[in-house]
Amino acid sequence: MDFQGQVVSDDDTDDAGGDPRPHLVVVGNGMAGCRAIEELLDRDPGRYRVTIFGAEPHVNYNRIMLSPVLAGEKTFEQIVINDRAWYDDNGIALVTDDPIVAIDRAERTVRARSGRTARYDKLLIATGSDPFIIPVPGKDLPGVISFRDMKDVDHMLAAADKGGDAVVIGGGLLGLEAAHGLSLRGMKVTVLHLMPTLMERQLDEAASWLLKSALEARGQTILTGADTAEIVGEDAVEGVRLKDGRLIPASLVVMAVGIRPSVALAREAGLAVGRAIQVDDHMVTSDPNVLAVGECVEHDGQVYGLVAPLWEMCRALADGLVGKPSGYRGSVTSTKLKVSGIDVFSAGEFGGGGESEDIVLRDASRGVYKRVVVRDDRIVGAVLYGDTADGNWYFDLMKKGEDISPVRDLLIFGQAFAQGGGQADPKAAVAALSDDAEICGCNGVSKGKVVATIEAGACTLDAVRATCKASASCGSCTGLVEQLLSLTLGDEYGGERVVRTLCKCTSFGHADVRREIVAQGMKSIPEVMQRMSWSTPDGCASCRPALNYYLLCAWPGEYQDDQQSRFVNERMHANIQKDGTYSVVPRMWGGITSSRELRAIADVVEKYNAPMVKVTGGQRLDIFGIRKEDLPAVWADLNAAGMVSGHAYGKSLRTVKTCVGSEWCRFGTQDSTGLGVQIERMTWGSWMPHKFKIAVSGCPRNCAEATIKDFGVVCVDSGYELHVGGNGGIKVRATDLLCKVATEQQALDYCAAFIQLYREDAHYLERTAPWIERVGLDYIKERIVEDEVGREALTARFLYSQSFSQEDPWAARAAGAEREQHAHLGEFRPLEAIAAE
Amino acid sequence: MYIGEWIDVGPIAAIPMRGARTVPVAGGEEVALFRTGDNQVFALLNRCPHKHGPLSQGIVHGHAVSCPLHNWRISLATGEALGEDRGCTPTIPVKVTGGRVLLCRASTLKAAA
Repeated sequence: MDFQGQVVSDDDTDDAGGDPRPHLVVVGNGMAGCRAIEELLDRDPGRYRVTIFGAEPHVNYNRIMLSPVLAGEKTFEQIVINDRAWYDDNGIALVTDDPIVAIDRAERTVRARSGRTARYDKLLIATGSDPFIIPVPGKDLPGVISFRDMKDVDHMLAAADKGGDAVVIGGGLLGLEAAHGLSLRGMKVTVLHLMPTLMERQLDEAASWLLKSALEARGQTILTGADTAEIVGEDAVEGVRLKDGRLIPASLVVMAVGIRPSVALAREAGLAVGRAIQVDDHMVTSDPNVLAVGECVEHDGQVYGLVAPLWEMCRALADGLVGKPSGYRGSVTSTKLKVSGIDVFSAGEFGGGGESEDIVLRDASRGVYKRVVVRDDRIVGAVLYGDTADGNWYFDLMKKGEDISPVRDLLIFGQAFAQGGGQADPKAAVAALSDDAEICGCNGVSKGKVVATIEAGACTLDAVRATCKASASCGSCTGLVEQLLSLTLGDEYGGERVVRTLCKCTSFGHADVRREIVAQGMKSIPEVMQRMSWSTPDGCASCRPALNYYLLCAWPGEYQDDQQSRFVNERMHANIQKDGTYSVVPRMWGGITSSRELRAIADVVEKYNAPMVKVTGGQRLDIFGIRKEDLPAVWADLNAAGMVSGHAYGKSLRTVKTCVGSEWCRFGTQDSTGLGVQIERMTWGSWMPHKFKIAVSGCPRNCAEATIKDFGVVCVDSGYELHVGGNGGIKVRATDLLCKVATEQQALDYCAAFIQLYREDAHYLERTAPWIERVGLDYIKERIVEDEVGREALTARFLYSQSFSQEDPWAARAAGAEREQHAHLGEFRPLEAIAAE
Repeated sequence: MYIGEWIDVGPIAAIPMRGARTVPVAGGEEVALFRTGDNQVFALLNRCPHKHGPLSQGIVHGHAVSCPLHNWRISLATGEALGEDRGCTPTIPVKVTGGRVLLCRASTLKAAA
């Protein structure tokens, strides 16, 4: 279809040709401009003579449907909103391919690029937005384009015909739609997104993670936290270089990082422009004869980049133009991603906690995630992934501010469920389900089968799970099963949740979570929360550190540690004290130090005015009263003397306490100090479920107090006694004797195996003492002493994990890593007000 | 309360998601700025109502922070202690404009005094 050429002549635009009606000139033939005219025609078709100028060589088409055109799901013809006949039938003069370049408000004329001029009585500016081009070197190379109009789509289609690599910069709505289209057209697509999660303005982390997984499963490469440094290429684009040095090859680069209101024309004409062209409630600019509508306007401080507000603006504009002003009051917007097979919907606020409450439904097996955010019995936001059928319903309830308390219990199940039959009681709703209704999607268990199972004697949740498998997988139907128990058994069923759950965010226990992390290959906190149906958006201070540890333990070298899920001490690599300062404990291997180390510690104490230095119970020195800002400098000074972090702050290996042993002591049987140093060199830096202390005593007099440590070695003439599970804390517990070994190497290997068993088996924040009491010493012996192959495997897994964890965190921080942990965000200078209201 | 002026204290991007940064106030108490998982920013005095722990160092979850000293949970929106605990940390009006975090001048001076 070819719309090149002009539909009107110079005479038509310039001269009224005897038409006495006021002339309305529209700048912009896009969705806003044409919609405004449609609304006007609806109200009073003969009132104005209308001329529309468009920059593109096309009739009015639906810009938001460009993505399906790119994806091959629609043709251009199918997305045309108003064809030529519409313009002709309504007597509208259309000038295409000829943008307006100047407005003369004094003369009330506009001038187009071709030189053509037109006189107006009312002017409507509907110039929309321009794509934002990030100002990096190479941005003007051939092959670098934006995604805004049909020309861009044509360009992408031509590039896709040749195949090869494409990079899309921007993981927002537009970027992902471009990436999807290019991917379907056969290009190998990499999406670069500056922020840590995709579509962060529309989606919460859980939905964002699901989206990323789905896109990756379709073969796209998604790089988050990717900051573009430059676009490289000689005569045409060849790739994109990131600030971290990575180079991603590409023969096509699509910039979809955002849009900016197109306001240059209005600004040059002297109209009031803030973030965009400022308009009142009737879409009138600072000049009463000039109106503006769409993405190019700022109304009440708001600028919109979505299509829905257009409709509302255009109604207010048309009401004003026909002398029946109604007034635009701003819009509440929602978003839907147009990627076929991936349903995403978002509207309003989607946070959690605080004053608002979350209603969350996760169906891991179907890949469904729904969150409705409620405040004061009104919906204030919704994020839907996988099943967006009720998006419009929630959005409608939200816009109307309806009281949802009557349907609250069923709200999350959607409109049909919540309003069908008007059942307000969830139990009644479950009772109303037919016998063949599916309760457990994971295991395909119907209501009839669950009821039959209960009637046959399974009168607890666990019994139901064990018998018919309902609720035994993802657990998201647990509530339904409990209601069936209650319905079937009546008062006999008092409810239960016997499993000690990891925290209030989940109905699973520690062991379940650990097992599933490995079984399902889950590798991030949001993934665990999604697949295991967490009830909170991002967990709590109990489950986040636990999950972080479990993932770290399960996937050494692979899992990216989440600093925000670490307790303060592990995040700061120092111990917080009651006044908010920190204490610093450098490692002293086996409790041995030197004049150089002591001198460095003394220097630090003086240089940073540390008010106290104390000898610890673990045979080292603790420097108190260090401010968080000074920590990196303190560490640099200690590093310079050869000292590293003592991990006195961590759920990790703390110290290996030793006595002097056979080297000096007249009773010593073995080199306990030497063995202690070897053990500490092997085990330092390892993260554990809780803190872990070791000691090596050179004889049964046990000066190193090895029998109240998590792992203790007592040297004897014939070898080494290995003791486990001791604790000198609140509840003193002496160790259990694990076994006796003959050589230092065996002592080291058994130590590594025991630590790894503890790391893989214990609950987070469970010391070895309660762990051993829970699982029994026999179990430990079975795994470490009796199962030689198993022991060797444990040792090997520990050493493999250690190959990633023995880097001094202090050295990294002293060198500048995570500088923001130790610095203020900025200063508060009360005399400098940057914006007055 | 009179809210007249806003003071730019830095870019939102410099506050880690589910984390916090601090801003010292000359002659007054430090302010903590929190950024939640849904990308909202809250400002509170950097002081737990319980034993004055630096809230900025706590774990941020939902719209709450757990104090690093004794795990009191504080609502970021209201400053109130959640659950069974009782106490309140002053909150300060904050807004984000053009990627910059702005603190209400008058409220900050009043709260931090």
